[in-house]
Amino acid sequence: MNGDGQAHRVAGFRAIALAVAWRSVHNFLTNPAFLLPALAFPLFFFVSFAGGLSAIANVPGFDFPNGYTAFQFVFVLLQSAAFGGVFTGFGIARDFETGFARRYMLAAANRNGILAGYALAATVRAFITWAALTTVALLAGMQVGGTGIDLFGLYGLALLVNLTAAMWSAGVAMRVRSIQGGPAMQFPTFLVLFLAPVYVPLSLLTGWIHAIASVNPTTALLEAGRGFISGEPTVVALAFAIAIALPLLFSLWARSGLKRAEAAG
Amino acid sequence: MNGVLRTQVGQLARRSVLRTLRQPAQIVPALVFPLFLLAVNSGGLQDATSLPGFPTDSYLTFALAVPFMQGALFSVMNAGTDLARDIETGFLNRLALTPLRGAALLSGLLAGAVVLGLVQASTYLVVGLTAGAELAAGVPGALVIVALSVTITVAFGAIGLFAALRTGSGEAVQGLFPVFFVFLFLSSMALPLDLIQSTWFRDIATANPISYLLEAFRTLLIEGWDLEALALGFGIAAVILVVGMLAASAALKTRLVRT
Repeated sequence: MNGDGQAHRVAGFRAIALAVAWRSVHNFLTNPAFLLPALAFPLFFFVSFAGGLSAIANVPGFDFPNGYTAFQFVFVLLQSAAFGGVFTGFGIARDFETGFARRYMLAAANRNGILAGYALAATVRAFITWAALTTVALLAGMQVGGTGIDLFGLYGLALLVNLTAAMWSAGVAMRVRSIQGGPAMQFPTFLVLFLAPVYVPLSLLTGWIHAIASVNPTTALLEAGRGFISGEPTVVALAFAIAIALPLLFSLWARSGLKRAEAAG
Repeated sequence: MNGVLRTQVGQLARRSVLRTLRQPAQIVPALVFPLFLLAVNSGGLQDATSLPGFPTDSYLTFALAVPFMQGALFSVMNAGTDLARDIETGFLNRLALTPLRGAALLSGLLAGAVVLGLVQASTYLVVGLTAGAELAAGVPGALVIVALSVTITVAFGAIGLFAALRTGSGEAVQGLFPVFFVFLFLSSMALPLDLIQSTWFRDIATANPISYLLEAFRTLLIEGWDLEALALGFGIAAVILVVGMLAASAALKTRLVRT
């Protein structure tokens, strides 16, 4: 009996997760207003940073071996991962505004499946964006020094960043239950990403931004990602420890947001 | 301007200014976001000043031109969204029943953009100088910077009005923000034109009028008085303003016919 109950719960969880994910991905792929910004923004940032700032590679002390395009690719990859999660949060908020989320709540046997479904949708969205970004970067002549395993590590980090941002945004969306919570999802994410060594390595930063970047967890993720793409892995253990801990932490935040939404009816 | 027109513009300008001042959600992001990017970029890209030919040894001074442009981009959204809301709520339809002139409506609606432009320009300048930026042109240069900033803000606001009148949708106006951001990023925003290495990027930035608006601010901040760069900056702003107002006037006529 217990085994049957467990199997039933798992099936219910999977069914709701797949249904929520399918609807979110379907909305994403069929609505140009959602799809185009998600694809265009990372490409645009990549083009702007890698193209417009390529002279930064000539700054004394800049010693990244694979050129400025690869250096910036890692940042834009992680940024697109984070914003893929944030945009999923916007979708959750919209579902609450339109009343669709309430219908999910009523229909779901296991409401954790709703969260899992949104997280799955965020991942699918991110993979679509990364495919476009990676293609453009390679066409632009990005030099990749890392092996397949290194690149697996790079995209693995990006996936964990995507989950972190999705859980953060889901927590905010389920508390605010309105698209007006958008800035609360977006701004902290933006802040954490840009208070890191975005344009030059940490060693070249000075003053207050060096002090902040030194304690910003995004720095370890960026350094590890840049190590992977250059084939010289660095701070891997620290980066993965952070990248695994953050989604776990923020899934608790999202879960408590779900409880608030349940309580609010 | 005759008395009737002055009254009409005055009433709408008062409403536009009050509406702008009563919406912190319009003012705060327009002040905070550009200053945040200024702080991050001037910290992260300070080493760029060691590139041979970089015009100043302070990236903060170089980057201080950018918030003025970003602030102007916010005016596209703010002016446009306000008008779009008037269209969506039917307020414009009610105005259409009055003897209000189109010129009065457009001029009045831009009053909010003027006030926001003044607040933005003064704030960016004070914060930038307090943080250590230089101002080679001195106090008169500061006044010219504020004047140029307000002109650009109003010019971009006119484009926001056009978008609102053409689409009648606040969401569509908001959707313009990324488009204008592309113009900003594909300019000499981060490096001077002659230091941009990628040829294709340099070509785009050279053809992009935003580069020359930035250059006008930068001459005052870094070099002092370069009348050619200033004339180019004010000239481009004036062209954008005229084109924006003409387009908005045409769109207003079409919309009033529809209603």
